[in-house]
Amino acid sequence: MTELPLPVKAAKVNARNVQVYYGQNHAIKDVNIDIPSESVTAFIGPSGCGKSTFLRCLNRMNDTIVGCRVEGRIEIDGEDIYDRRVDPVQLRAKVGMVFQKPNPFPKSIYDNVAYGPKIHGLTRTKAELDEVVEQSLHKAALWNEVKDRLAAPGTGLSGGQQQRLCIARAIATSPEVLLMDEPCSALDPIATAQVEELISELRNQYTVIIVTHSMQQAARVSQRTAMFHMGIVVEEGPTDKMFTNPDDRRTQDYITGRFG
Amino acid sequence: MSVGLLLLIVIAVAALGYGLGRRRALASVQGDLRRLHSLPGYYGQSVFILTAAPALLVMLAWLLIQPLVIENHVISTIAPGSIADGSSTSLVLSDVRRMAGGLDALVARSSLSEGDIAALDANSTDVRGRLAEVGVALASDVDPAVFETAKAYRLILRTALLIMTTVVVAVTLAGLFFSLSRIRPDYRARNVSERAVIALLIASSFVAVMTTVGIVCSLVFETWHFFRLYSPEGFFFSTVWNPQFRGGSDLGIWPLVWGTLYVSFIALLVSVPIGLLAAIYLAEYASKTVRAVVKPAIEILAGIPTIVYGLFALITVGPFLRDYFAAPLGIGSSSSSVMTAGLVMGIMLIPFVSSLSDDIINAVPQSMRDGSFGLGATQSETVKQVILPAALPGIVGAILLAASRAIGETMIVVLGAGAAAKLSLNPFEAMTTITVKIVSQLTGDTEFGSPETLVAFALGLTLFVFTLALNVVALYVVRKYREQYE
Repeated sequence: MTELPLPVKAAKVNARNVQVYYGQNHAIKDVNIDIPSESVTAFIGPSGCGKSTFLRCLNRMNDTIVGCRVEGRIEIDGEDIYDRRVDPVQLRAKVGMVFQKPNPFPKSIYDNVAYGPKIHGLTRTKAELDEVVEQSLHKAALWNEVKDRLAAPGTGLSGGQQQRLCIARAIATSPEVLLMDEPCSALDPIATAQVEELISELRNQYTVIIVTHSMQQAARVSQRTAMFHMGIVVEEGPTDKMFTNPDDRRTQDYITGRFG
Repeated sequence: MSVGLLLLIVIAVAALGYGLGRRRALASVQGDLRRLHSLPGYYGQSVFILTAAPALLVMLAWLLIQPLVIENHVISTIAPGSIADGSSTSLVLSDVRRMAGGLDALVARSSLSEGDIAALDANSTDVRGRLAEVGVALASDVDPAVFETAKAYRLILRTALLIMTTVVVAVTLAGLFFSLSRIRPDYRARNVSERAVIALLIASSFVAVMTTVGIVCSLVFETWHFFRLYSPEGFFFSTVWNPQFRGGSDLGIWPLVWGTLYVSFIALLVSVPIGLLAAIYLAEYASKTVRAVVKPAIEILAGIPTIVYGLFALITVGPFLRDYFAAPLGIGSSSSSVMTAGLVMGIMLIPFVSSLSDDIINAVPQSMRDGSFGLGATQSETVKQVILPAALPGIVGAILLAASRAIGETMIVVLGAGAAAKLSLNPFEAMTTITVKIVSQLTGDTEFGSPETLVAFALGLTLFVFTLALNVVALYVVRKYREQYE
């Protein structure tokens, strides 16, 4: 538990002594973690261990929760994201997020993807916006399925398509970090396979952090894994090592299904 | 035996049946509950229902049909000569009824026996005087033939009541024995009770539907009477409203429709923006403590009786508008104006719009907000681009509901906008609405059959069609809204 994270090359995100409180409840304790860029990092751990809470600290989504307080230091590209000068709204354009349940807006597929670029003024002309929408849908591996019905409502897609639409929506603002909070928990195995494949491809361009309850998923898509338990990071390291030869007893027990 | 006593007897027998049924069910399995299909209480309930329900239904049907049959019979026995000039069958019939009631009262005071009544004769006795003793005042001396009819009517009533009592008691007992005989361990008593609950629920909703149908029918019926006396063209295509109780009035609906729409429009102009913005603040921005104070405070507005709003319009808003706006601008000198009524009505409608919109905005899933915030949208961008479009159909429904309230409002208009039917664009002039005219046409000493009175029903029907149309639109929009997400 006292073991420090392994030195990591080109860390995108550095967290030091992060504490999160929900009112009186101390939800995250002394989390230290470095997350390398252009890779997939998985957060695993039993329910209520604080992995989603920590994930939401990384784009300051916890700011929207009343009574939530974050202490410590979280840096992205060496810049403290909880600094007074940082605008959380700008930060979230840079750190995109995909949620547990697909949550497309009740708008057309096109408008769903164009939402981010529009509010941030990322494009100057309609043609540019069209281009961004198409690119994002391509990257989310959804373009071929929806190119003929961009004006149809996003809520009319299947669950897996909706989740990929949400990924496309997040990609459209050109984020550097992509946070995924159990993105496949509401999907069937086929849709899960598609999204996992997509995550593997996204690694080439983005720093992806994924919270998952599925050990297999963590093993399949991630390069590094962090094990959370009772609000602390029990162990963190390369995924191969975590799954074959973990240092911590609790990691071993959790991965082999003895608790959690 | 009176109807109330009979009712009590039926209920008492049914209650007895409950106990018997329960005991019989338990006895049938020697007290071993597990072998019963249902809990013992359900067996009791099934007996109670089968005992009371048929009997009560028979009684209800009897009481509905009996007066029709008997009165038809009585009318056929009244000689045409007994109906005086200026009177009518129904007036004679009501005299018959009152005389019969008076005779009953005399018997009750035991100043007369049944034998005395049979011997009474309107020619030799002062029937009018005797009846006056028990508070039955008759307008003129009693026609002997009519008095005989009253005596006969009374006898028929007594016989009918006796037969009904017998029939109802018989049905009650039959139900009791039938249902008791059905009790066996495998008898599905809880299903019987379930069906009875369904029947009760259906009957309740039926009452609401039938009431609506009844109201519409009475409106349509009276409106039809009106249009036999007054031409529909004059009603629908005239722009003059000028009722004369001596006859020869102009009853064009347009000044009233215009006043109604104008006042409602101003009311919505006030209430929709304020209510909607308040709802957005409450649902999206306000902290829990603020919300806990502000939301009930706004909803108190909805609890104020409209007559109090009317007083506020009459005493405060009206003179204020006249002295500071209308008079200086030279566009009106009356404290009653469309503006006054519209403003005050708008204030009244704020809680309708805000409370409903607040609920609808709250119903937009949190995941929509998360999705928008997660993309780096600010709160107001989220409200404008995600929350409001998602909630819009529901909000439109709320607005239409407020609009139908505005159209149907009366008190505020009477006190705020006056009673002068006028077609004018100036909001500082007194105008009036359909509802106000309905009240003023129906109050007072006018003959009920005249077009000046009956026009109220035509106005009411028009209003009903208006609000019905609005409600249908509102329902349609709300239903569409439900399909919006998921």
